[in-house]
Amino acid sequence: MAVANRELIEKLQKNILQWEGYKPPSSGTRGVLGLGPLESAFPNGVFPQHSVHELVCSSSEQAAASGGLVTGILSTLLQKGGVCVWIGRARRLFAPALAAFGVAPHQVIFISLHKDKDTLWVMEEALKCSGLTAVVCELREMDFKQSRRFQLAVENSRVTGFVLRNAKDKLSSTACAARWQVKSLPSTEMNGLPGLGFLRWQVDLLKVRNGHTGSWTLEWQDGYFVPTEEITISEERQVG
Amino acid sequence: MQKRFMAIWFRHLLTDGLARRRPELKDLPFVLAAPVKNRIVITAASAAAEREGAFVNMAVADARAAVPELLAIDDVPGQAAKLLRLIGLGCIRYTPIVALNLPDGLMLDISGCTHLWGGEREYLKEIVLKLRAAGFDARAAIADTPGTAWAVARFAQKRPIIASGAQAIAIAGLPPAALRLEPDILDKLQKLGFRNIGPLLDIAPQSLRRRFGTGLLLRIDQALGRVEEYLEALVPLVPYTERLPSLEPIRTVPGIEIAIEKLLEMLCLRLQADGLGVRKAVLKCHRIDGRKVQVGITTTKGSHSVSHLLRLFKLQIDKIEPALGIELFVMEASRTEEMDVVQEQLWAESKGLGDTSLAELLDRIAGKVGAAAIQRFLPAEHHWPERSIKLAGSLTEQPQTAWPELPRPMRLLNEPESIEVMALVPDHPPKLFVHKGKRHTIAKADGPERIGREWWQDSGQHRDYYVVEDSEGCRYWVFRSGHYDGGDAQWYLHGYFA
Repeated sequence: MAVANRELIEKLQKNILQWEGYKPPSSGTRGVLGLGPLESAFPNGVFPQHSVHELVCSSSEQAAASGGLVTGILSTLLQKGGVCVWIGRARRLFAPALAAFGVAPHQVIFISLHKDKDTLWVMEEALKCSGLTAVVCELREMDFKQSRRFQLAVENSRVTGFVLRNAKDKLSSTACAARWQVKSLPSTEMNGLPGLGFLRWQVDLLKVRNGHTGSWTLEWQDGYFVPTEEITISEERQVG
Repeated sequence: MQKRFMAIWFRHLLTDGLARRRPELKDLPFVLAAPVKNRIVITAASAAAEREGAFVNMAVADARAAVPELLAIDDVPGQAAKLLRLIGLGCIRYTPIVALNLPDGLMLDISGCTHLWGGEREYLKEIVLKLRAAGFDARAAIADTPGTAWAVARFAQKRPIIASGAQAIAIAGLPPAALRLEPDILDKLQKLGFRNIGPLLDIAPQSLRRRFGTGLLLRIDQALGRVEEYLEALVPLVPYTERLPSLEPIRTVPGIEIAIEKLLEMLCLRLQADGLGVRKAVLKCHRIDGRKVQVGITTTKGSHSVSHLLRLFKLQIDKIEPALGIELFVMEASRTEEMDVVQEQLWAESKGLGDTSLAELLDRIAGKVGAAAIQRFLPAEHHWPERSIKLAGSLTEQPQTAWPELPRPMRLLNEPESIEVMALVPDHPPKLFVHKGKRHTIAKADGPERIGREWWQDSGQHRDYYVVEDSEGCRYWVFRSGHYDGGDAQWYLHGYFA
């Protein structure tokens, strides 16, 4: 009886997801981003590509780390020669850095704006454009209404949207598929060599629609995300 | 289609123009005068002066004898052409082809234009009344040929509209001067007793040629329409132009939108047939107060999609100031580009820099926030970080060199920010640094990567860059400007790594 119930509930859950627009994954789509166990947090265990993700960053360091994670995800999304639009403030992002994450910087169109009002307008227009693969946007504040508009735009055009949000104060709720937070973690030594190891982040999913939250540690190793389990923070390390 | 021409004659062009600028001269007898062979000779006389007996080509001194209060103003050469040009530009709302007819007239090619004003009579009345209201004593005539229109405007007493094909009857009763002839031919005709053109038309052309040369024959043929006469348009015609006159002046945004849509539909249909796309289009709105406002759009890729171009123009509508109303819309595709029409559908699925919807998106963004906000970077052959990228000239320009493989920060500060550091050993990465009052203890560091100044561009210290990671795991790009023992070594924070 209990088994039958569980099966029934699973089936119902799957139906609900399907009604909400989450297609069951076809073979070969699972785990394409290489985010490892993190992807299991999303509905059906697949990173929702055609939706808007929000990354909260409270400092320049976190913004850089979030940018790194987004670029890592973009490298997979842009593999088939797609184009990404990166909307931000004047000349914050340094284009050559994208090359290290496997994204050709000339495949990215930068739009530098000063006013949040313009940024929101451009972001919405960009999300409506089906000729794009992904849109990244740096915003100071976004309210629920705006995020709902983004989500609706994305559902038609099947673009992936990322919003890098400055979160100084209380976070208002949004209609985004997931809320991420990325923090840099100390890298580990490679084979006892001095210097920096692979880039390592602590990736937190603070909110996932129809999924579950969690915290993971990821490393960027030569073009791939590699999930790592142990977190070692040692204060007594010496330089060089 | 039978061509129709309209000649406008300004009887007192220069004096009317001056009186318009200086209203106190209105109704005063005044003349424009210029020195000719040590005499001051009248070059133009106002209507009041002519009534009192001061005529063109009289010496001013003689005229003063007849009209003591005569005012003589220095004539500025070239004024007539300037005035006619201005009036001609104002007439473009009536027809796209307006030609100057120096020294005192305009010639309009009005073929296919008059029905918009309800017929030739109303068209002529509208123009003449408008010119008279502006203070110009204008007379106009409409005929099949410029020659006949010219003659009738200047010499006929009534019936300014000559029916199609009736040129011979219309000019038969006019004096030979109506044929635009040289003075010596006119003298000869005068001596021979030709008071009217009529008898000339009955004489065999061979005899006329023997006595008067080919000039007279040409003028007769031009007037009768046997020889075509070409007009040199004041404003060169843009090949892809559409005009939309409105029945009533338009002042509202929806009205302007409808006008733009109609124009674009007409324009895009023509462009599509020729396989062209708009790169640059201008909308000119002629207002009823005689002024013209215009807005323009540019596209990154040729386009003949009505919906896309309409959306671009919609972003510009608030820049149009309709004032009392707009009576004519003109849409010009001032730059066009050949398009690959056939391939469009086939490649619609491919996402890439060549994608049409991407080009359309960028056009909209450029229209809203300005084209300068959109940037695409290519690697430049410089190691100096600030110069290592350059802006791409076009959307499809590909990099000539590879992107740098050395670690570069995700975020680069526009200006390196000064930091205080503590290093254990000279030429080693710092042990800790203080940025904006916050202490960062450095756990790991890579470097240095020395980047020298480009001496042919600027002078100064080289930079030794270190990638450092603090105890919290945040990674920074810091550099020391100059050698450690130089005494003026200074540390800076230049970027944040992911």
